[in-house]
Amino acid sequence: MSEKVLMKGNEAIAEAAIRAGCRHYFGYPITPQTELAAYMAKRMPKIGGCFLQAESEIAAINMVYGVASTGLRVMTSSSSPGVSLKQEGISYIAGADLPALIVNVQRGGPGLGGIQPSQSDYFQATKGGGHGDYHLIVLAPSSVQEMADLTAKCFELADKYRMPTMLLADGTMGQMMEPVLLPEESGVTVEKPWALTGTKMQREHNIVNSLYLKPEELEKTNFDRYEKYSIIEKNEVMYEEYMMEDAEVCVVAFGIAARVSKNAVVEARKQGIKAGLLRPITLWPFPSEAVKKAAEHCKAFVSVELSMGQMIEDIKLASECKCPVELCNRAGGMIPSPEQVLASIKNVAGGNE
Amino acid sequence: MVVFEKPHALCDVPLHYCPGCTHGIVHRLVAQAIDELGIEGDAIGVAPVGCAVMAYDYFSCDMVEAAHGRAPAVATGIKRALPDNIVFTYQGDGDLASIGMAETVHAATRNENITIIFINNAIYGMTGGQMAPTSLPGQVTQTSPYGRDVATAGFPIKVSELLAALDGPAYIQRVAVNNVKNVKQAQKAIKKAFENQIQGKGFSLIEVVSSCPTNWGMTPQQALDWVEEKMIPYYPLGVYKDKTSEEGEK
Ligand SMILES: Cc1ncc(C[n+]2csc(CCOP(=O)(O)OP(=O)(O)O)c2C)c(N)n1
Ligand code: SF4
Ligand SMILES: [Mg+2]
Repeated sequence: MSEKVLMKGNEAIAEAAIRAGCRHYFGYPITPQTELAAYMAKRMPKIGGCFLQAESEIAAINMVYGVASTGLRVMTSSSSPGVSLKQEGISYIAGADLPALIVNVQRGGPGLGGIQPSQSDYFQATKGGGHGDYHLIVLAPSSVQEMADLTAKCFELADKYRMPTMLLADGTMGQMMEPVLLPEESGVTVEKPWALTGTKMQREHNIVNSLYLKPEELEKTNFDRYEKYSIIEKNEVMYEEYMMEDAEVCVVAFGIAARVSKNAVVEARKQGIKAGLLRPITLWPFPSEAVKKAAEHCKAFVSVELSMGQMIEDIKLASECKCPVELCNRAGGMIPSPEQVLASIKNVAGGNE
Repeated sequence: MVVFEKPHALCDVPLHYCPGCTHGIVHRLVAQAIDELGIEGDAIGVAPVGCAVMAYDYFSCDMVEAAHGRAPAVATGIKRALPDNIVFTYQGDGDLASIGMAETVHAATRNENITIIFINNAIYGMTGGQMAPTSLPGQVTQTSPYGRDVATAGFPIKVSELLAALDGPAYIQRVAVNNVKNVKQAQKAIKKAFENQIQGKGFSLIEVVSSCPTNWGMTPQQALDWVEEKMIPYYPLGVYKDKTSEEGEK
């Protein structure tokens, strides 16, 4: 039974994970995802689950790797500097084809950066992040409701495709309080014959591994994995379109930037500019087809980002440079205002001052 | 040397270790303990990055390959997920005492109910003989060509002594496998480390003073002599911590 409750974004992720059957959480303290770990620390012992504050993000992600190899649902959460430390482990999880959820509540960088919201880990999240050829499925919530819903979705997709997924949020989304309809209880529905359970002397031993010393074999695992990725690109793209049917200016934004952009689009329409919003929900796979379609009837794109411009590269690729793409951005923990986005919309719409 | 029957817990495949390498002996001791305790069906092993990386092909229980040094964290995850299974790691000195020192110390201090078999061969074997955190003062390696200079490279880390200083771990013992007497001792220690886990006593680590004839530039016999003459004096054998007879452990 579902109920609507007022929750912080970080807590909504935690509660949704528990409802998705996740009983193992490993993390290391970092702002601004603190409430998520605190929620897990409180709840897990009450429901027979495991909350463990690891000695580092490196240890945390390797504990995740351990649980994932047994087939149980498992997660870790962190913020940008911590997620950098997890990259080695994420690469191993991807290389061993294990399902797991990594949450990144982003803050400004590079280096120690700051503690204010950011989207500057877009490249790291969507292009692999660690060493080797691999992807994560990356979902970007833009409301507390989606923090919950997409957490459940991440677990489902991780199991379905046997791969790590990332929920890419930011400091604002984590702290924001909104009413949420919490997702129904769920759990693992797929068979996991590869999981480590002990042989019980009933079968050959299972091996969870990413080492292949013969290059032909390693190449094959890469080709097979990319085969799987192409199926995901076909079947799992998610995005939202707002006033896009007749749009001449297409604003592309995700997460907190999409909320700001929606206000700007509404204002632009009031002022007679045909603006629309395309909000990617899956950042990988990127909604390239939707962008390509928009490029056919729009005269310009505006990429609104809390970074120096990262997603803009995917927009340019997907639109095949059919029309100009303007960057509307703030960085280092700053958020673009609706006025700034509106100004960008007007700028590309041309002569509508 | 002692000749063993092939234990069931060891797969029927040739091991890739160099002639005279003690990794092979320790594999047998681990497999033998698993056989004797009848835990193969419940055991899950964690292989390191090091010469023993292929251990996942050698032990017939379920196995996982960890990133360099992270085996104790991986084992922690597995044990937390499957508390009724028997979880062990098998790690070298570079793996356990250098890159993975934090994971080792924290698994120990949490008294994770796991078993760690730690191969101290005073060298990075797999990468071709670089200085390890356990290389002896003056020891010549590829990256200490004039001998380990403690003034710049620091002193060897005595893992058993270090971990025994913690309140957490249940059982820490250092053994060697350079002669029949020591192998027998090692066999008992390794079995005890698994028994401790079965009985829920907590973190047990057996440090095995080992040899790497290839990267020490010695014959197998010279290497065993070097263990006796140089290694054991620096790394004295014995039980460094034993909380297993205490009541109230987890
Ligand atoms: C992150 C990372 N750094 C370095 C390496 C290269 N490497 C492979 S094995 C090894 C050393 C292993 O030495 P040890 O743990 O002592 O095991 P041994 O081979 O002596 O048994 C190193 C540095 C690696 N695989 N991964
Ligand atoms: S390099 Fe050394 S540790 Fe590795 S297998 Fe050969 S002798 Fe053994
Ligand atoms: Mg070594």
